[in-house]
Amino acid sequence: MKVLETGNHLVALAVRAAGVEVVPAYPITPQTQVVEKIADLIDQGKMDAEYIPVESEHSACAALIAASLTGVRAFSATSSHGLAYMHEMLHFAAGLRTPVVMVNVNRSLGPGWNIWCDHQDSISARDTGWMQVYVSSHQETVDTVIQAFRIAEDHDVMLPIMVNLDAFVISHTYMDAIVPEPEEVSEFLPRYRPLWALDTRLPVTHGSVVYPSEFSETRQSMQQSQTRAIGVIKEAATRFGELFGRHHGDMVDYYRLDDAEYVIVSMGSLAAETMISIDAMREKGIKVGLLRVRFFRPFPVAELQELCRGRKSILVIDRNYSYGLAGVLYTELKAALYGLSDTPVRNLIVGLGGRDVSNELIAEKAMESFEGKLGEITWGDTQITKAHVVTRELLERFQELYNKK
Amino acid sequence: MVTVRKLPEEELFLPGSVACQGCPSSLGLRIAFKALGKNTVLIVVASCTSVLQGSYPYSAINLPLYNVAFATGGASASGVVAGIRALAKRGVFEEEPTVLVWAGDGGTYDIGIQSLSGAAERETDFIYVCLNNEMYSNTGTQRSGATPLGAWTTTTPGGKAQHRKDIAQIMIAHKIPYVATASLAYPVDFYQKMLKANSIRGTKYIELLAPCPPGWKFAADQMIEVSRKAVESGMWLLYEHEQGDTRLTGVTRRIIEGKVKKRPVKDYIEIQGRFSNILASREGQEAEEMLESEVSESIKRLQGWVPEYI
Repeated sequence: MKVLETGNHLVALAVRAAGVEVVPAYPITPQTQVVEKIADLIDQGKMDAEYIPVESEHSACAALIAASLTGVRAFSATSSHGLAYMHEMLHFAAGLRTPVVMVNVNRSLGPGWNIWCDHQDSISARDTGWMQVYVSSHQETVDTVIQAFRIAEDHDVMLPIMVNLDAFVISHTYMDAIVPEPEEVSEFLPRYRPLWALDTRLPVTHGSVVYPSEFSETRQSMQQSQTRAIGVIKEAATRFGELFGRHHGDMVDYYRLDDAEYVIVSMGSLAAETMISIDAMREKGIKVGLLRVRFFRPFPVAELQELCRGRKSILVIDRNYSYGLAGVLYTELKAALYGLSDTPVRNLIVGLGGRDVSNELIAEKAMESFEGKLGEITWGDTQITKAHVVTRELLERFQELYNKK
Repeated sequence: MVTVRKLPEEELFLPGSVACQGCPSSLGLRIAFKALGKNTVLIVVASCTSVLQGSYPYSAINLPLYNVAFATGGASASGVVAGIRALAKRGVFEEEPTVLVWAGDGGTYDIGIQSLSGAAERETDFIYVCLNNEMYSNTGTQRSGATPLGAWTTTTPGGKAQHRKDIAQIMIAHKIPYVATASLAYPVDFYQKMLKANSIRGTKYIELLAPCPPGWKFAADQMIEVSRKAVESGMWLLYEHEQGDTRLTGVTRRIIEGKVKKRPVKDYIEIQGRFSNILASREGQEAEEMLESEVSESIKRLQGWVPEYI
């Protein structure tokens, strides 16, 4: 059915289509409408699921894992501080191999309080064992949430998956999208069949003490599953395309990349904005293309190596930062390409805390970068002044103020 | 009448655990499992019980068991209960399993209180047992919100300067259908309280005092004796709270009715090494008096009057 809805409401409708049975959730801007809509669908009898109005995100993730361990399909959604508050339980979800799906509406972390978009929240959860996918449109949001359950629940994977969508740009804007009915999805996504469960017929202990003699094996097994997930992700995208006629890429997506000499790499809705920049640059005769990373975990190493080969210059746009180093997609890409080519790779940091990123800015910075005018890391359009800088000098300025009192 | 000898013979807590000698948790689990039976899903909050059950790939507990993160007893129960309800809609159960959370006082009074409170407020249908050994025992005896005034722990080397909080009363304030306290010196009483909890729908909270031989510094064969003296001295009060009414039970009831004389708190604290430094000092005398008055205050709160023995 074609509907005109916000990104957040589309998530809720996709969760309904996926036949989710338990939804523990805690509200946080800008995710709130996801859980409101789910509560509403259940209340109206349009969705048959148990809604658990937990008292915190830590408890939301704890209840999500516990529900999944009983053998049912479980979903939650969060954002920003909520995701950070869950952090311990993110490790639990992956370590217990519960194939839960969670939508994270990408938002900055305070202080200062800021409810707008960047990717710092999910990037900070990078090493928890979760798979992470970033979407760039409303329709892709719907289709990815549905695919996420199939990928996570595949017995070759059995890991949780985080579907990331950009705050406000996608979460709060209205777009038309096709949302399938549960009956239409059931062939693509049959009922979850757990490998193990909390079942009184077969008592099993979950999460017991594991000594150093076995612990590394449990973690290596998680990495093996991440590796196997790459094939499962591609298979899911292909099968979804066959059944529903829509394909948004698998590990990566790309735009005007075939003959491109220059490549811009990014994730999420920024990649959609970048397509406009690319059209503008192409009109000026610059052979540039977009490489959009969809899956950040597992990281598309082989795809990036293949698609970055033989290019003249690459610019990675990050909407996050690893303090003390650089943007994270940038460092990951450089690691993937290490030793394979001498192509310069540069990093552009933009859009933190919802700062507007225009296609003009992207095109301008990309041109400067491809012409070799930019250093390794460029902070987009920031205008840092004395008022922002924290140095030893600051104490002197405060001292002057104290002395005046 | 139920006696210890007449409790169900089937053991769901199997031999081969790695518990210390005289461990109150292993005895408590045995009795609880006898009351609830096989159709039980167990959630163990991070504590000694996470360890004493044995390590991967072995387990001394013959129930489906999920060892949860420290702060998540209540929330994990909510998730399991919701999962069971979803499965029940598919018609997979003849009888829905009971969900039992087994947590320590650290996981209940301190880090887990929010999660427990949330689950109770949501009227989650489960039994929560707080095995209260009045300290963080798994990390080697640190102070908790349940540690009584004057008690030595590694983080209160001079004795705890504050009173313990009364979490059973906090749970009563949640208006849940059943709250009870129990002692291992009275296993049948504990067993019957577990049975009763299992017959009621909603959140049930049972707190079991768990004297810990190494943590409290007494000999392993004295665990039952210390448990008994806790009740006889009034430092541990046995009661049930059901449908808005509190009913004192067992020895606590007989003390209040004047049928048994209450022991002085000193009888209870002098058999434990954790109070020994305190008792020797002048401040220790004060602490002892303060514990006596804490006992009076607790009974007053429960009954609304100060009992005869004072």
